[in-house]
Amino acid sequence: MQNKDTWTLGGHTFTSRFILGSGKYNLNLIRAAVEDAGAEIITLALRRVNTRKEENILDYIPEGVTLLPNTSGARNAEEAVRLARLAREMGCGDFVKVEIMHDSKYLLPDNYETIKATEILAKEGFIVMPYMYPDLNAARDMVNAGAACIMPLASPIGSNKGLATKEFIQILIDEIDLPIIVDAGIGRPSQACEAMEMGATAIMANTAIATAGDIPAMAGAFKNAIAAGRAAYLSGLGRVLHRGASASDPLTGFLHD
Amino acid sequence: MGNEEYIIQWDDMTPEAKAKKERLEQDPSFRTDHMAYMEGMDQISTDIRDKVMSQVESYDEKVYTAADVQAALAHDVCSIEDFKALLSPAAQPFLEQMAEKAAVERRNHFGNSVYLFTPLYIANYCENYCVYCGFNCYNHIHRKKLNMQEIEHEMKVIADSGIEEILMLTGESRHMSDVKYIGEACKLASKYFRNVGLEIYPVNVDEYKYLHECGADYITVFQETYNPDKYETLHLMGHKRVWPYRFEAQERALMGGMRGVGFSALLGLDDFRKDALATALHVYYLQRKYPHAEMSLSCPRLRPIINNDKINPKDVHETQLCQILCAYRIFLPYAGITVSSREVARFRDHIIRFAATKISAGVSTGIGDHEEKYTGKENEAESGDEQFEIADNRSLQEIYDAIKDQGLQPVLNEYIYV
Repeated sequence: MQNKDTWTLGGHTFTSRFILGSGKYNLNLIRAAVEDAGAEIITLALRRVNTRKEENILDYIPEGVTLLPNTSGARNAEEAVRLARLAREMGCGDFVKVEIMHDSKYLLPDNYETIKATEILAKEGFIVMPYMYPDLNAARDMVNAGAACIMPLASPIGSNKGLATKEFIQILIDEIDLPIIVDAGIGRPSQACEAMEMGATAIMANTAIATAGDIPAMAGAFKNAIAAGRAAYLSGLGRVLHRGASASDPLTGFLHD
Repeated sequence: MGNEEYIIQWDDMTPEAKAKKERLEQDPSFRTDHMAYMEGMDQISTDIRDKVMSQVESYDEKVYTAADVQAALAHDVCSIEDFKALLSPAAQPFLEQMAEKAAVERRNHFGNSVYLFTPLYIANYCENYCVYCGFNCYNHIHRKKLNMQEIEHEMKVIADSGIEEILMLTGESRHMSDVKYIGEACKLASKYFRNVGLEIYPVNVDEYKYLHECGADYITVFQETYNPDKYETLHLMGHKRVWPYRFEAQERALMGGMRGVGFSALLGLDDFRKDALATALHVYYLQRKYPHAEMSLSCPRLRPIINNDKINPKDVHETQLCQILCAYRIFLPYAGITVSSREVARFRDHIIRFAATKISAGVSTGIGDHEEKYTGKENEAESGDEQFEIADNRSLQEIYDAIKDQGLQPVLNEYIYV
């Protein structure tokens, strides 16, 4: 049976729900992301392009994979817009992940500047994927500014805390009509699975796979975890009773006495 | 003053020059006020110095116990008190546990990446008398200042080796290597490299702004020692003598629009634990004030210099250096840490696994000798002498391969000028 569970972004249809994030690159990682995790989208940090000839990231990208340049290194909307335009000039296509950090300690995205950049870039025809702190009001502003999806962070980069912002990501999943792609902080396949169970559209990860002992095996583990989480979401999770929520002697039993 | 081992005697000086040198060395009243700004030096309004120095002055390394160290290791976030414990002698028996914790932080924040760069010295003229430094104005070394053609030639040789990040250095002479000269060199460097940093004498905000516009985005200034009283006895003459102007250099650089700044004490000059504490707090408080700034630390130890091979790192052995670097990594997990070729290959190859994030490769601290060092081709022009002896002579390719062999990822550039 053909797999009909696809999703679309800026008019492009994807089957895979794993996106390789930027950060660490090497040939093994990209090969594993595509072959073992099934990635159809690979993020490309512009600041990492054009390194030594034998290490040029652009040469690693297999045909048929969508390149997603990001604006990492930008500290405000103006710099992000400049980097996005540069990526387009270099032939990286119309996708852009807007990433604006004004904090070198926690690397938290600046939602305010991201909304501004989203608006400018969407008007210029980019397929804008804003990386953001999961705030519903900011997400709505990004939707109105022309974003193609919303990319909330799961936890601060480097914190290894998994889905620290879970409740707020759930609100975005429930309230925003665009794809929600969970980014940053997913350190284990189980966390990716959990985000997919919640109804996220896709997961972005990098370090968890890049630093694994066996890169292809970990890429495969992410693929399976994402598929399991997605299947659970589609099948409708059963009710989960909280401890103490089901009294053996019903509290309202007296009504029937 | 306890600095006799640094002093080099010269027989071929004029009597007047010899008398002046000796009086500078022996008579503090002959020296200028090291806490007073000289004419033309920016005096910015800032509270960073008070914040750092009040902590450093009250630091007593002896009050910390094994229990304090264990508590620090157990905490998720390392407080200033925790950091003080990790720097103390009580932490030395816990070095392995510190390294393990540092490795986790390093991996979480930097993954497998190890950044590579090379320094390029473009001039070694200096108008300061800093007694431990090979470039000091009284040291008899071959002086040289590269012209733009020579700089470009050096850059081509370095760029051909594959290096994409360069750190340009000069001796500290405004007269011989003025800001305009350095700015022109930055413009050239932008043609050949993706990332241009500077380690030059401290300048004013508008001058940092000019250098930024010329293509430089990172400024490194070593405070040498954060103890002003000790500093005074080591930096006897010249603009470098002014301790507060040097302390505020990074802040002026950020005010001038630089993206990142680097910090360091020269370990071994004074109480290394206090100097390490001051360096890290300098980063910590500036980061809070300028949250967008990229911060980095270095950890140089004293090295032998031309005409004085007795200079050494004193009580800062590799074990102590390792302790400091682990403490830095745990307290400032987001900051870059550079380990220079002052350290031997074995130390560098190991420390990049759990504390350091950046190392230099293909290093020369001389002036205009890259082609000779890289290709063996003899220079037509004589080159300028080195600032200090290096301990790791490996080429970029050798270091690149050594990093890869450890399962780490060598990174030549992760920066874009915007």
